[in-house]
Amino acid sequence: MSNYDSSAIQEFNGGVWVFCEQRQGAMMSTSYELISEGRRLANELGTKLYGLLLGSGIEGLAKELGGYGADGVYVCDHPLLANYTTDGYTKVICDVIRAYKPEVMLIGATNIGRDLGPRCAARLHTGLCADCTHLDIDMGIYKDFLHSASTLPADKIDALNTAMVMGEKHDVSRDLKMTRPAFGGHLMASIICPRFRPAMATVRPGVMKKAAFDQAKADACEIIKPEFSLTQDDLETEVVEVVKAAKKLVDLIGADVVVSVGRGISKDVEGGIKLAEELAEVLGGVVGSSRAVVDSGWISADHQVGQTGKTVHPKIYIALGISGAIQHKAGMQDSECIIAVNKNDTAPIFEIADYGICGDLFKVTPLLIEAIKAAKAAK
Amino acid sequence: MKIIVCVKQVPDTSGKVAVNPDGTLNRASMATITNPDDLNAVEAALQLKEETGAQVIVVSMGPPPAEGMLREILARSADKAVLVSGREFGGSDTYATSQILAAAINKIGLEDDDVVFCGRQAIDGDTAQVGPQIAEKLGLPQVSYAADIHKEGDTLTIKRMLEDGYMTIKVHTPCLITCIKELNTPRYMSVGGVFEAYSKPYEVLDYNALKDDPLIDPSTIGLKGSPTNILTSFTPPQKGAGMMLEGADRATCEKLAGIMAAKHMI
Repeated sequence: MSNYDSSAIQEFNGGVWVFCEQRQGAMMSTSYELISEGRRLANELGTKLYGLLLGSGIEGLAKELGGYGADGVYVCDHPLLANYTTDGYTKVICDVIRAYKPEVMLIGATNIGRDLGPRCAARLHTGLCADCTHLDIDMGIYKDFLHSASTLPADKIDALNTAMVMGEKHDVSRDLKMTRPAFGGHLMASIICPRFRPAMATVRPGVMKKAAFDQAKADACEIIKPEFSLTQDDLETEVVEVVKAAKKLVDLIGADVVVSVGRGISKDVEGGIKLAEELAEVLGGVVGSSRAVVDSGWISADHQVGQTGKTVHPKIYIALGISGAIQHKAGMQDSECIIAVNKNDTAPIFEIADYGICGDLFKVTPLLIEAIKAAKAAK
Repeated sequence: MKIIVCVKQVPDTSGKVAVNPDGTLNRASMATITNPDDLNAVEAALQLKEETGAQVIVVSMGPPPAEGMLREILARSADKAVLVSGREFGGSDTYATSQILAAAINKIGLEDDDVVFCGRQAIDGDTAQVGPQIAEKLGLPQVSYAADIHKEGDTLTIKRMLEDGYMTIKVHTPCLITCIKELNTPRYMSVGGVFEAYSKPYEVLDYNALKDDPLIDPSTIGLKGSPTNILTSFTPPQKGAGMMLEGADRATCEKLAGIMAAKHMI
């Protein structure tokens, strides 16, 4: 006799779902990333993948999701869903989930996803894992990931097939393994939701890779219009206006080259940022920063790389005057090539840098810009 | 009018963090602090108190030593502190934590003109889930990521930050708001405040104090009431250190540019 009833979760056989966030009729790129990742999870579970799309006049966005792997899209189109509201979106999503019973629900960990996810999980009485950076079903793939991305002993990883749940051994082979950083990136944890469905995760934007678009699959994507009810009385919050930032935001996540500045620029903030901009321009990249630079008000928050900023994995990451606190490393350590310039030869950034130069960024960077220009000219 | 502020004592993860051989955090070796976003929530409450004369009650779930943190917040001129503490509450994930904190807020008594403030997220778990989940359990409207708050009558107008801009949202009391650091600059304790902190009301709510609330059930609190379980935790491997180039002069930079060219990075 089991210590808990698992029969209720058997009913949740409605596939893997991805909440596809759009803002003002434009799909968020993280929706495509999650559809691509969701495709893999659905294949490993032997089930279907569906997008869940809410908004007003947004049906035209649905088919494209098929091109990244969705078998179908549940479209909830209603004037009251034009702008995101916690209460309106939560009501519709929970009603549709209760009717169609997905096994897994993925949501992009945007400021909206992280408002919506917990509210839905609390209403549905299920588990939610925040800001995941890795997702698995298949145990072989999960263990390969642990072998490469953890310091756990190999025999311990190989023996990892069950978890203690309510005092008994639970086979985790069909559970969604949701891996995320905690304690500012010092620790990673894999979380499961063994007793409730859907297993829900918010997923950090920029981490999952977008699949190649396939027009034939987009054409074949099924559009489903579930029934739901929503009235003005359901909304206790009123969106008065939605304001887009006037300045074009830096596209850190999509950049091939990121040149980031840290506290090392403090003696000449403007000069330091200007040098980073010049170096980024020579390399065709963008400027990022550590948290300290944002917290000091020297650069806007959209530049921040790290645990509380953005996660990037560019081809080249250049850290100028960044000591390399673990919070920062958590957002850039998977870059293909890391180059660090720092005055302090014991700075932790050098522990993960492919190439390090111990020196003053204000002296080194101009020389590096010149040398790269010369090397490019010589090609 | 009451303003209830939820706060959490967290290990200070900004410095060196010690990890035990089994992959868990060595909390004993770390200093504890009040979660930074929660101090913005406290400050928002205190500013609203100055405007409206409301009573500010600060609530925390945690072990008895969290009293020190709560007394510090009383010293910043909060009026009353409530510590929610009990063995039965241990091992709670965000779902179970929100059940317990919602029951504690019910116990304090939520009235129509009250507001609940939380920090956006705590630096130990970084989930940002407990605030919205408390709101759901209390049936309150929520506004998260608040960077500006204005109250007029029973209506709050809030600037809610997005990655690419912001929304202006109107919400009525009672409601729950999660605060970000852009909202304000937390004040320090005052000398007079420190003096008064130990004479202000301080209450401990344990399992027995909350057990009559329908939210409190063995199946919804603590480890057994948590929908999520930790399968494993681990430390990521250090990426192998690369090459330190000699010097920091023109020749060094030319060497690096040469490597980048050879590797087709430029």
